Amino acid sequence: MSLPLVIELTILVLAAFLGFEVISKVPTMLHTPLMSGTNFIHGIVVVGAILVLGQADDTFTKVVGFVAIVLASANVVGGWFVTDRMLEMFKRRPEPRKEEKQ
Amino acid sequence: MISDPNVVDLLYLVSIVCFVLALRFLSSPKHARKGNWLGGAGMIVAIATTLLLEGIGNWLLIVVGAAIGSAVGIVGARRVKMTAMPQMVALFNGVGGGAAALVALAEWHRTASPGGSETVSIVLSALIGSISFAGSLVAFAKLQELVSGRPIVFPGQNVVDAVVLVAAAVFGIAAIDGANGHWVLYGLIAFALLFGVMFVLPIGGADMPVVISLLNAFTGVAASATGFVLHSTVLIVAGMLVGASGTLLTLLMAKAMNRSIANVVFGAFGQVQRGPGAGRADDGRTVRATTAQDVAVQLSFARKVIVVPGYGMAVAQAQHDVRQLADVLEGRGVDVKYAIHPVAGRMPGHMNVLLAEANVPYTQLFEMDEINPEFPQTDVALVIGANDVTNPAARSDPGSPIYGMPILDVDKAASIVVLKRSMRPGFAGIDNELYLDPKTTMLFGDAKDSVLKLISAVKAL
Repeated sequence: MSLPLVIELTILVLAAFLGFEVISKVPTMLHTPLMSGTNFIHGIVVVGAILVLGQADDTFTKVVGFVAIVLASANVVGGWFVTDRMLEMFKRRPEPRKEEKQ
Repeated sequence: MISDPNVVDLLYLVSIVCFVLALRFLSSPKHARKGNWLGGAGMIVAIATTLLLEGIGNWLLIVVGAAIGSAVGIVGARRVKMTAMPQMVALFNGVGGGAAALVALAEWHRTASPGGSETVSIVLSALIGSISFAGSLVAFAKLQELVSGRPIVFPGQNVVDAVVLVAAAVFGIAAIDGANGHWVLYGLIAFALLFGVMFVLPIGGADMPVVISLLNAFTGVAASATGFVLHSTVLIVAGMLVGASGTLLTLLMAKAMNRSIANVVFGAFGQVQRGPGAGRADDGRTVRATTAQDVAVQLSFARKVIVVPGYGMAVAQAQHDVRQLADVLEGRGVDVKYAIHPVAGRMPGHMNVLLAEANVPYTQLFEMDEINPEFPQTDVALVIGANDVTNPAARSDPGSPIYGMPILDVDKAASIVVLKRSMRPGFAGIDNELYLDPKTTMLFGDAKDSVLKLISAVKAL
């Protein structure tokens, strides 16, 4: 089921270019929320932790996999909520702008 | 259970698309929040798909582990004050890196030296994940002020660092060369952790946001490497998206502070003793303390006031009161503007966030480049808890650690009022010459108290 290494590497390189391009126009004020948002996305490592723990059949792997799940889900959930709280601050931003113009 | 591998891959593709769009939306002020929600959706699809894969067991352990991690994540993220957000990002970044290293360790144990590209991936994932874990925890400790925010340096540091990194590399090469047993990976992880600590310790507190961003990119790369170990496309792509966008973001942040990455990372190396601190109070100049009444008069009869907010305003949660003061002054016909330094506070955009919360009109906020030419025509520059971003030493003293950082030209205003708790140096750990300027007066006290006093004093005039 696994892809050949060359294909995986191709996907990796394309993803790298995409990652560069997709955020290239970010304004300064969004640097920190964006950092926090990407911090949340690398929580995807939780998928790896589930794969490891889900297929574990000895104690060592279970313990290591369990700790990995705890850490990775803290990354996912914490990362998401921190980002959300930061962005909440920006939410009202366009409104006073409109009022100003009226 | 999903048994069709095509369905699995399609579901993972859906979550990849969500992540790409999430990054795109997160870079636009209008859609940023939508971006986070989209990322969340992508994550849920990826997790659900993985849980439903054939051959996934140990459900109880997975659920309990996820519940503990999520509880820590929610409580940590919700309880923490806005001012402590940067260290929370560091913490959650670190645990992600730790998880990647542990996944690598588990796979090493399961496969007992798989050989070839998988071993290389395991080594990279363990190495980078561990560096990110330890480095992020040190960054957290520095921002939380559990350890000094100043650069921690000692003689021979570069040599020790090099030795530690080489030791980690030796274990990594041994693993790739076919060495077997747990000790190989334990050695690798131990030295990588040590290197992570050594890497961040010498970096000054003011540079922490850049370092956290760099470590964030590291964790992305580590997650991507676990994707090669487990042959998971979604891990490879999502990890690398973060690795690449995180790298670019690090460069952008460093640029906003006019620092090169090399300068941030190696800036403190080899300078155990800082150059003679120019601008110290030794030459007889002293700071002039003032009272709220005096400042109120100064402000009320000014034509033009520029407010320079900083970390002190954030700590005191004074943004609403600052806005009220500005409103009162405007009611008296004073022209009030806000000068926003890109890295005022402890994270880029910190002041924008806080002032937006207080509903300060967007039209009154000015970026550094726009506002700097206006300081010479300004009657009063009101510095509220900002320090390093106003330090003229960044322009004039090549020996200063912040030399070259663009600053707000507060010292060019006709007079300067600094609201500050004490004479303690700012986050960069250096004295501010601005306070000794004969044009400067200091109003000591908590930013919120001082601003409230100013409001009532202005009203009483």
